[in-house]
Amino acid sequence: MATDPLHQFQIQPVVELPRVAGLDLSLTNSAVYMILAALLATGLLIVGMRNRSLVPTRLQSIAELLYEFVANLVRENAGAEARKYFPFVFSIFIFILFGNLLGMIPGTFTFTSHIIVTFALAATVFLFVTILALVKHGLHFFSFFMPAGTPIALAVIIVPIEVISYLSRPVSLSIRLFANMMAGHTMLKVFAGFTVSMGAALGAAGYAFGLVPVILNVALIGFEILVAFMQAYVFTVLTCIYIRDALELH
Amino acid sequence: MDAEAAKFIGAGLAVTFALAGVGIGLGNIFSNLIAAIGRNPAARNQVFGVGILGFALTEAVALFALLIGFLILFS
Repeated sequence: MATDPLHQFQIQPVVELPRVAGLDLSLTNSAVYMILAALLATGLLIVGMRNRSLVPTRLQSIAELLYEFVANLVRENAGAEARKYFPFVFSIFIFILFGNLLGMIPGTFTFTSHIIVTFALAATVFLFVTILALVKHGLHFFSFFMPAGTPIALAVIIVPIEVISYLSRPVSLSIRLFANMMAGHTMLKVFAGFTVSMGAALGAAGYAFGLVPVILNVALIGFEILVAFMQAYVFTVLTCIYIRDALELH
Repeated sequence: MDAEAAKFIGAGLAVTFALAGVGIGLGNIFSNLIAAIGRNPAARNQVFGVGILGFALTEAVALFALLIGFLILFS
């Protein structure tokens, strides 16, 4: 049993597959949980909406709630013409939400706690939004970096600052999600380790005192579930805002 | 002073000032949120969403500082 709090983030192969052209194709624990998240989400939506009753059953209610929540987000934050991008935004929300929540089950692996995964998601959003803006506005896209009403003299300073802040969007998107997940899970592991080390150090009395970190951990787990929802929400809202920036503010 | 000690001091300093700023920022956001809900309880749902967005964005700065602290400590 590893007591190192960072051991939980290790990628381990589940099904060993041979190397092809220098790439290790083994099915890893991260990949298993990604597949599980996608299957669970698809299952929830398909099975939930199977009956399509006017008065929804419990499972259908959950599916409808998720749909309405993201639809409201898109309508409010991305604007009316962004309705056609709803499937993309919904997929991102559901994938991150299920990924975060699956990680809260004890013994599972949180695939959103790896920077490469969150960076892939953020880079997808960034490239999508940039290409959308370039296709819609052509070269006029570059007027985004010069906000309306600024005097030309300040352009030398303002344009580089705007460019840097635009390029930092995928960085901040990915690091926000990754750092929240990694810090949260490390904290849970460290507090759980306190109980073990208290038991080892104080002997019999340690088991009584060891109850305190467990109670703290229960509260922290509740907080981490809240953070799981919130990080998915924030990623999705920012995606919607970037889509609106691409469609309108150029 | 050798590199190890400098790393510890650097990591500590990195997170201290950043977290002070983030604490003030979070307090600001939620105090304004509470004041807005107090003035107009019917606007609660609209204001709450943006308030949570603001909270998460500010929290992200704290996590950037934590990341820099870890980078200083461990590499």
